[in-house]
Amino acid sequence: MANGEEKIVLQYQVPGDDFTRAGEASADLKARLKRLGFPAAAVRKAAISLYEGEINLAIHAGGGEIRVEVTPERIEMWLDDEGPGIPDIALAMSEGYSTAPDEVRSLGFGAGMGLPNMKKYTDSFEITSEVGRGTHIRMAVEIGRS
Amino acid sequence: MTVEELSKACGFIPAFPLPDPEREVTCGFCGDLLSWAMGRAKEGSAWCTVMGSVNAVAVASLADAAVLVLCHEAALMGDAAARAQQQGINILRTDLPEFEAAAAVAKQLGI
Repeated sequence: MANGEEKIVLQYQVPGDDFTRAGEASADLKARLKRLGFPAAAVRKAAISLYEGEINLAIHAGGGEIRVEVTPERIEMWLDDEGPGIPDIALAMSEGYSTAPDEVRSLGFGAGMGLPNMKKYTDSFEITSEVGRGTHIRMAVEIGRS
Repeated sequence: MTVEELSKACGFIPAFPLPDPEREVTCGFCGDLLSWAMGRAKEGSAWCTVMGSVNAVAVASLADAAVLVLCHEAALMGDAAARAQQQGINILRTDLPEFEAAAAVAKQLGI
């Protein structure tokens, strides 16, 4: 990377139900990646995916934690929460399916595109969830494929 | 065509002094659902919407839209103007409905 380091680790806390703050992690990541000279397409993919994740944490999970590892080869992101979990992941992954409440929809969210966008804009995407325990996501953007 | 040129040609009014007036507009997008816009609006878009929230500003930034065109005289809400200026996001306002604003943009871009 431009600064000669092999890996940069970033950690963010996402508060629950605060939609004005959701987006701070992705904005910070985008700015850092641009400064490091990563390709614009890779930066866009990582920022969009992480923003969707932040919004999901705020809407559905009461907040959560994000960890990002940046190497010259990939941008790898982990999103962990202790929210209510997802009963049917396949259904949640389908475009247009949403359980967002009406007040959230009135803000322009809740189109049922969050998880599908996260998968669409990353090169690898894994999700595990347990009802009553929380949800864990790992996703990565490979620099060579952007 | 730059954002400043588009603004003048279409009669759109800058919500505040444009932070990036020379940004090139290459295409357009219409829609109010944020994830839909983020997943589909292309880089360099003039995004026509009625969403004037800080979240819309965030989406415009993350999707690399050239300008957010706030239609129907929709209001900029809360800290949206401050956030947009801070992040260098151009915002234009118009009383036109989204369809007509998009048609004006398309005409100028020759789409």
